[in-house]
Formats: sequence, C-alpha cells, structure tokens
Amino acid sequence: MKMIEDIPPKARSPFSEAFEMFRRNHAAVIGLVILLSIIAIAVIGPLVYPGDPFDMVWIPFTPPGEQGYLMGTDYLGRDLLSLLIHGAKVSLTIGISAAVVTVTIGITVGALAGFYRGWVEEVLMRLTELFQVLPTLLFSMVIVSLFGASLMMITLAIGLVSWPAVARITRAEFMRIRELEYVTAARAGGVKNGRLIFSVILPNALPPIIVQAALMVGSAILFEAGLSFLGLTDPNVASWGQIIGSNREYILDASYTVTVPGVAIFITVLAISLVGDGLNDALNPKLRQR
Amino acid sequence: MAIFMTILQRLTYAALLLIAVLVLNFTMMNLAPGDVADTIAASMGGADAELMDKIRAEYGLDQPFIVQLGAYIGRVLSFDLGYSYFYNAPVTELIFERLPATLLLVIVAQVLALVIGVLLGVFSARHPNGVAKYFVTLFALFGYAAPVFWTGILLLIGFSLKIPLFPVAGMSDVTIEGGFFVKALDIAHHMVLPVITLGSIFLALYSRLSRASMLEVLGSDYVRTAKAKGLSPREVTLKHALKNALPPVVTLAGLQFSAVISGAVLVETVFSWPGLGQLALTSILARDTPTILGILFFSALVVIIGNLLTDLVMRMIDPRVRGRA
Repeated sequence: MKMIEDIPPKARSPFSEAFEMFRRNHAAVIGLVILLSIIAIAVIGPLVYPGDPFDMVWIPFTPPGEQGYLMGTDYLGRDLLSLLIHGAKVSLTIGISAAVVTVTIGITVGALAGFYRGWVEEVLMRLTELFQVLPTLLFSMVIVSLFGASLMMITLAIGLVSWPAVARITRAEFMRIRELEYVTAARAGGVKNGRLIFSVILPNALPPIIVQAALMVGSAILFEAGLSFLGLTDPNVASWGQIIGSNREYILDASYTVTVPGVAIFITVLAISLVGDGLNDALNPKLRQR
Repeated sequence: MAIFMTILQRLTYAALLLIAVLVLNFTMMNLAPGDVADTIAASMGGADAELMDKIRAEYGLDQPFIVQLGAYIGRVLSFDLGYSYFYNAPVTELIFERLPATLLLVIVAQVLALVIGVLLGVFSARHPNGVAKYFVTLFALFGYAAPVFWTGILLLIGFSLKIPLFPVAGMSDVTIEGGFFVKALDIAHHMVLPVITLGSIFLALYSRLSRASMLEVLGSDYVRTAKAKGLSPREVTLKHALKNALPPVVTLAGLQFSAVISGAVLVETVFSWPGLGQLALTSILARDTPTILGILFFSALVVIIGNLLTDLVMRMIDPRVRGRA
C-alpha cells in the first residue's frame, strides 16, 4: 500500500519536461558543457591571464610550448594564447548580439505579418523577399566598409542580412496559432491585439524560434569570422577570425597561428549546433518523430 | 495558357524585386559619408573645392537624391552599369571578364556536391546501420561548423605546402605551353582544392537532406508495394524512391545561390582565384562605388534568376508543383 502512495502524481512543469528531453540527448549535453567552458574562458580568462593581447611579448613565430608560451607567438610576436582568450570574448559577444538583433527584427516582422495578414503581410513579406535575394556576405561587407568597421556596425550588418529566416518561421507559427481556439477565446474575452500578440500567441510560438536563435549564434560567429578574415573588422579588437586573417600570409612560417584559432571557431560552432539539436528535441518533441 | 500567365507573372514580379534591390543599394551607398567625387579626387591626388564642385556637377551628384536614383535605375535598365574610376574600365566589362572563372568554380563545386551528396544520402539511407550513416553525420557537422576559409587554408597547408600535390594560388600557370587539352588540364589541376573547399559546405547540406528525404520515402506504402510485387531493391530505389526523394533536395539547392556567392568570395580570397569575389573584395576595400553597385546588382540578378530556374526545374520533376499557381 505504501508503495502506491510513494508514487507522486505525474504533474510536471513543461520546463522540467523539456529539461528531461534535453538531458536524454547526450551529444547536446556534451555540447552544452563545451559551450559553458568556452563562455567561462571568455569571461574569467582575461582576468586570470594578464596582459594586453596586442603586446609584443617574444620573438615572432615562437612555436607552441617554447619559452613558456603555450600556444606560441604570431607574426608580430604576440602571445597567441592571450589573443585566443580575448578573441573568445569578442567572437561570442558578436555571435550573441547579432543573434539578438536577428531575432528581434525577425520576430517583429514575422509576428506582424502573421497576425494582421492582409496588406500588412503583403508588404512585410515582400520586404523579407527583398532581403532574401541580397547576397548576404557581399551586402554586409559593403555596410561594414561604408559605415565603419566597429563591433556595433558588424553586429548590425550581420543582423540585417540574417533576419528573413526568423521572420518566415515566426509568421508561419503565428498563422497557425492565431486560428487556435484559445486565441479565439482570448479575443472573444476582449483581449487587445497588442496583448494577443505578445502574451497569448508569442509564448506559444517561441519553441522553433528559440532553436533557430541558438543556431543563429553559431552562424553569426562564422559570419563575423569570414568578415574579419577578409579584413573587414575593427583592427583594435582581436576576434578569432581576425587572428586567422592577419596571420594568413605566414602559414609557411607558422601554420599553428591559423589552425589553432580555426579549431576554436570550429569547436564553438559545433557545440552550439549540438545544443541547438538538443533544444529542438526538448522543445519540439513532435517534430522529432517525423 | 495558364503556364504562360504564371511565367509572365513571375517575370514581372522578379523585375519589380530587382528594381527594389537597385533602390536599396543606391540608397545605402548614398547614406554613407563620401561620394564618387571623393574617389576621383583621391585618385588624382587631391582636388580643391572648385574642382570638386565641377566633378560633382559633371556626374550629376549635385542633383536631388530622387533624380540621381531615377537616373541610376534608368542606366541600369539600359544595361549600363557605369564606369569604374579605380580600374579605368566599364563595370560591365570588369564583371564579364571575371565571370567565367567564378562560374567554373561554382558550377563544378555545386554539381559535385549535389551528385556526391545525393549518392551518399541514398546509400546511407539504404543501409541505415552501416558506416555511411556516420560519414553523413560527420560531414554534416563539419560542413556546418568549420569556417570555409579555414577549411581552404587547411587544405592549402596539407596538400600544397606540406605535400606539394596542387598549386598554391591562381587559376592557371602562364608558363605552361600546349594545346587546349594541356591548358584545360592545368586549370583542372588548379581547381581541385578550391572546388573541394567550396563543395564541402554544400556536400554536408545535400547529403543530410537526401538521407532524411530518402528514409521518409523508403518507409512509405508505395515503396512497400513495389517491393512486394517483386522489384529488385535497385529498381525500387532508383525508379520509385529516388524520384520522390529528390524534389526537397533540388529546392534546397535552389535556395543556395546567395550562400554560394558568399562562399565564392571567401574561397577565391584564400586561393587567389581570379573571379568576381576577388573583384568584389578589392572594389569594396577601395570604395569603388560603381563597381560595388554593379556587383551587388549582378549578384541579386543571379539569385533571382536562380530562383526562377529552380521553380521551373521543380515543375519539371515534381508534378505536384504544377498543380499550384
């Protein structure tokens, strides 16, 4: 008799259910651990590992491990480990803030189009298509070169060319959810449009958007790396892509100055995409069965 | 008749979209500080205020924005992309000079990625417990997470510097003499690494999707029926399943035109491939406005035409699309 009493009724919050689903995806958990470690390095690293990454500390092209420089020095004799630690902060910051810009524009456009339909949708979706035919990298290269290569401008440029995908997902979700009964009920209850969009529909439309946003962080890091590889970057800030770009001509002398930062980008983006997969399992369990 | 109306509708819409692109590009260039007169003055080694005014008047830069915009759209619609003061050549000429190199690289990379990707996807779907599955997963992860320029540099270090199998840069060796066949072989030799680099991103995409698509089709009733009536596995795969598994892959490939252009810019920079991407980077760094506008317009044109063609191909291979307007 006691045993039956011991089993609690199965009423779990959606949050713990999602967490359970995420935990079952081992690759995603590993990805999350890696990602958290990289974030920790980016936050704590600059405090623990002293020195300006731009200082010349030793003879250029000192191989890794010699003279106490774990990663060696680059073509200007800068400590590569210090550059990598500071680069982690820059690359992650740009990745996350560009994803925020992308999602903000995307949700706004998609929500308005999917909720109001009619001419609003027509205009916004045409705008989305316009941004979809733009050559993304070229367009953001032009923006950065015209308006100055600051971190802010790079972030905005990445956001400006990346939002259409988010807008399309949001619109599709809004079009589906706005026809559901609980929305009709809320509408009948006199809920105003603004609250209907933000408090009734948006929370239920979020799961696929969150997955997309997570993946956007990875794409934005890659995008920024590409831009700074091409030299379209703030020369006073060392992102991982910039380390590769500035050392590219010396791969004969020291290939590690190019391979190591690349590994950093690769592992970070890989971890993010694994976490994205896990979030997908956790938040869209129905999609997974398809 | 209905098909012609649809095509006409699509073309009109594409033309309007293209004009919108022109307006957006021109407005953006106009919002930025500095103008063509500055570029010309810089190339002359400086000019005083009076001369600057003269240059501005000559190029219509003193006109109101809307007049300039109208004139620009008019020029582009009559196939005049302007003149580059940086290269001292008409922009159209510059673009068409570099187009063949980029087209060669992009088309070969895409075709290879598509063919190998579909083969790999189909093979791993037919042997769900085999090793191919891990290959597809591995490719997909690598193709997504590795920066394409880094892949290129790694290949360059490995197969050009450490093991000198392939040339380091460029598209051909000027010292090589011989007939057409020898030169073609030389270009092919130069192409190997750039093509692998560019193709790697798309191979990942196509192999993953064709695997998923094939798995779905292989589990459907009509495939079971085909098997039940005694067709060989090969016939079922090729004649029944593949036909229905392909459309999503083609749609995805058709959506990649913009990504292909982005990839080409990076790959061309790594391998000093003399194509449009190099032209774009140089003109952007030099702030050569007419060339930048020309390339932006041309790229958008490629994407729009690419989308139209994809639509057409879909109509040919997927009868379900034909029914829709």
